[in-house]
Amino acid sequence: MGVEQKLGNMGIVTTTLENAVNWSRTNAMWPMLFGLACCAIEMMAAQASDYDMSRFGMELMRPSPRQSDLMIVAGRVSRKMAPVLRRLYDQMPEPKWVISMGDCASCGGVFNNYAIVQGVDEVVPVDVYVAGCPPRPEALIHGVLTLFEKVKGEKFVDLAKV
Amino acid sequence: MDNTIEKIVQVLQEKAGATFEEFRGEVHVFVNADKIVDSLTFLRDEHAFSLLSVLTAVDYWPQENPRFHVIYQLTSLTQNLSLQLRVPVNANQLKMPTATGVFEVANWREREVYDMFGIEFEGHPDPRRILMAEDWIGHPLRKDFPLGYEEPQFSFNFEEIDLRKPYVKE
Amino acid sequence: MPDYQLEEVAVGPYKHLVSERAVSGETMLLNMGPQHPSTHGVLRLLLELDGETIVNCIPDIGYLHTGVEKNMEAKTYLKAEVMCDRLDYMNPLGNNLAYSMAVEKLVDLDVPPRAQALRVILVELQRIASHLVWLGAFGLDLAAMSLFLYCFREREVILDIFELVSGQRMMTTYIRPGGLWRDVPVEFESAVRHFLKIYPARIDEYEALMSKNPVLQDRIVGIGKMSAQDALSYGVTGPMLRASGVDWDLRKARPYMGYEQYEFNVPTRKEGDTYARYIVRIEEMRESLKIIEQAMNKLPMGPVNSDNRKFVPPPRSEIGTSMESLIHHFKLWTEGFPAPKASIYSAVESPRGELGVYLEGDGGPKPYRVHWRTPSFNNLSVISLITKGHLVADLIGILASVDIVLGDIDR
Repeated sequence: MGVEQKLGNMGIVTTTLENAVNWSRTNAMWPMLFGLACCAIEMMAAQASDYDMSRFGMELMRPSPRQSDLMIVAGRVSRKMAPVLRRLYDQMPEPKWVISMGDCASCGGVFNNYAIVQGVDEVVPVDVYVAGCPPRPEALIHGVLTLFEKVKGEKFVDLAKV
Repeated sequence: MDNTIEKIVQVLQEKAGATFEEFRGEVHVFVNADKIVDSLTFLRDEHAFSLLSVLTAVDYWPQENPRFHVIYQLTSLTQNLSLQLRVPVNANQLKMPTATGVFEVANWREREVYDMFGIEFEGHPDPRRILMAEDWIGHPLRKDFPLGYEEPQFSFNFEEIDLRKPYVKE
Repeated sequence: MPDYQLEEVAVGPYKHLVSERAVSGETMLLNMGPQHPSTHGVLRLLLELDGETIVNCIPDIGYLHTGVEKNMEAKTYLKAEVMCDRLDYMNPLGNNLAYSMAVEKLVDLDVPPRAQALRVILVELQRIASHLVWLGAFGLDLAAMSLFLYCFREREVILDIFELVSGQRMMTTYIRPGGLWRDVPVEFESAVRHFLKIYPARIDEYEALMSKNPVLQDRIVGIGKMSAQDALSYGVTGPMLRASGVDWDLRKARPYMGYEQYEFNVPTRKEGDTYARYIVRIEEMRESLKIIEQAMNKLPMGPVNSDNRKFVPPPRSEIGTSMESLIHHFKLWTEGFPAPKASIYSAVESPRGELGVYLEGDGGPKPYRVHWRTPSFNNLSVISLITKGHLVADLIGILASVDIVLGDIDR
C-alpha cells in the first residue's frame, strides 16, 4: 500500500510510530519472577519444554523488578505479602503491565478468609485476569496473547493524559 | 492397649497424676501444665520417645475451664510407639512452661501456638509471632475470632458489592 | 565516625537472635527477601554476614499464610477436602490421601482393596512428580538449567496420567473418604506401563548429568552436615532424616493402604550432607517405580468405593431406582455426615516427610479442629543450625536440598 506499491521490493516498510512501538513492546516483554504458590508451578511448566513461552519473546524471567515489564502474579497473596507486592510493583519502570494468574489472585479463589487478599486488584491495577485453579499452561499463554492484543491497541494519547 | 504403653501410662499416673483415655487404638494422657516438662524429659530419656511429631492446641470456647487443650504427640522410633499428651489450660491463666529445652522443634511450634491461640510460654527464647504479621491484633484460630468471610458477588448484588470493593485506582 | 544508632535500628526486633557484632556494625544484616530467584516460594531469610560467611541465618515465614485450618472448620468434611490439595502443592494427591485416611479413621470407614492399590499407584506417581520438580529446581539453583527442562518433560507425562484419571492436572481431589471419586478409565493401564518403560533410562540420564559432575561434587559434598541427633531433636523426617542415617519411613514402620505387600528398599545414607540428600531422593524415585510396577501387576478387580452409604455417596445410576439412595444422596449433599466427638491423629509419608492430620470431630457435620502436621515446617527450622559458617553460595545449595514447599509451612 502506498509507497511500497510504487517503489517495489526495496526493503522499506511504512507504518505509524504507535504501531512500531507497540510491536516492539510485545515482542520482547520480560516477565518478573513472582510465583507465590501452586500457580507458580504451572508458570514454570509454561516456561519449560512442552509449552514454551520463549517463542512469544519471554525468554527469561527476571527476578529484579528494575529489568522487567510484566508482572505475572501467580498464586495467593496473603495480607503479610501485600505490601511487598505493592513495593515491587512501584519499583518496576514504565511501561508495565500486570497479569493476575489463577483464581486466588483474581478473586480470592477457594480461600474466603482473614488471611488472603480477595483479589490482587485491591493492591495493583490488573490488565488481564486468567482463570483456573491452577490455569493450564495453555490458558496462561492465551492470557499473554490477550495482553499482547491489548498492548497493540494502546495509543500515545492515553499515555500523555496520565 | 499395647503392654509397653500400659506400663508407661501407669508410671505417668504415679509420677504426674495423669488420667488417660483411649480411642481407635490411640492413647491420650491428660497431664497438668506444671508437670509437662518433667513428663516430656522422662519419656525422651527413659523410654526413647525421641521425636515430637505434633505440638498444637484446640480451643473449646465458650467453655472457660479449661478453654484450651495443648497437645503433644510423641513418637518412639526404636519401639515404634506413639503417645499423646494433653494439657488443659484455663482461660484466665494462659501461661505454660516451654519445652524448648527438651525438644528443639518446640521453638517454632510454640511460637505458632502463641500466634494462633494466645497461649504464652514462659522461658521461650524467641517469643514473637511467626505466621501473621508482627503488628497483627488478635489470635486467629480462637473460636471467637471471625473468619473474615467476604460476601460473594452474584448477579443480583453485583453492582452494590462492586461499589464497596476497595479497587486500587492506578 | 561509625553510626551506631543506625545499626541499632536495623537490628531492631532481631536483637536477641544475632550476635553482638551486628549491633556494633562489624557484621552486616542482609535481607534475602520474600521475592528472590532461588527461594522456593516466598521465604524471607535474614542473613548476618561477616564478609561472605554466614554467622546467623534467621528465617521469616508467614508470607503465604492461607488460614486453611480455620477455613476447614467452616465447611463439611467433603467440602473441606478441596482446600487440602492446595497446602503442599507439589503433592496434592498425598494431601488428599492423608485427609481421607484421617476421616476414615475417625468415622471407622473401610476401603476396598482395589481402591487401596490405585491409591498407592497414584501417590507413588505423585512422589516421582514431586521429586522431579525438586530435581529441576535443584539444578536451576546450581545453574544447571538443562536438567530443569528434562525434568519438566517427564513431569508432563505424569500430569497427563492424572488428567486422564480425574480431569485435572494438579489439584485433583481424586482420593476421597471411602475410596476414590470414580474408577480409572481403560487407558490408565497402558499409560502407566508406558511411563514405567521409558522412565528408568531417564533417571540414568539425570545421574549421568549430575552425580559424577566435578563441579557439582565441589559445590555440595560436605556442605550442610546434620547429625542424626540434631535431626530428631528438630523433628525432621523424610529424606532429610534418612540422609543422616536414621532409617525411619512410615511406609515400612506403620504400613497403610497395603504397603506391606510390596517389596521395596528405603535408601539411607550416613553422611548427612547435601550430596547425601540428593542421592537419597534419586534412589527413592527408583524405589517408587518398583512399587508402582508391583501394584499394577497385582491390581485386584472390584469396587472402588466403600458400601457404606452413610458416608460415601451412591452412584448416579442407583438414584433413579432406589429410595434409600435418593435420601442418602440428599442428606450427604445438604448436611454432610456426622463424626464422633473424639480426636485422632493419622500420618502418611509424603515426599518431604511425615504428613500428619490431627482431626477432631464434635458430633456434627463440620470438623471442630483440623491441624496439619506438615514436614517442611520442621525441616526448615533446622536451617539456622546447618548453615552456620558456610558461604552464601553454599546456602543456596543447602536450601535447595532441604526441599521446602512454602504452602506446607505457612498453611
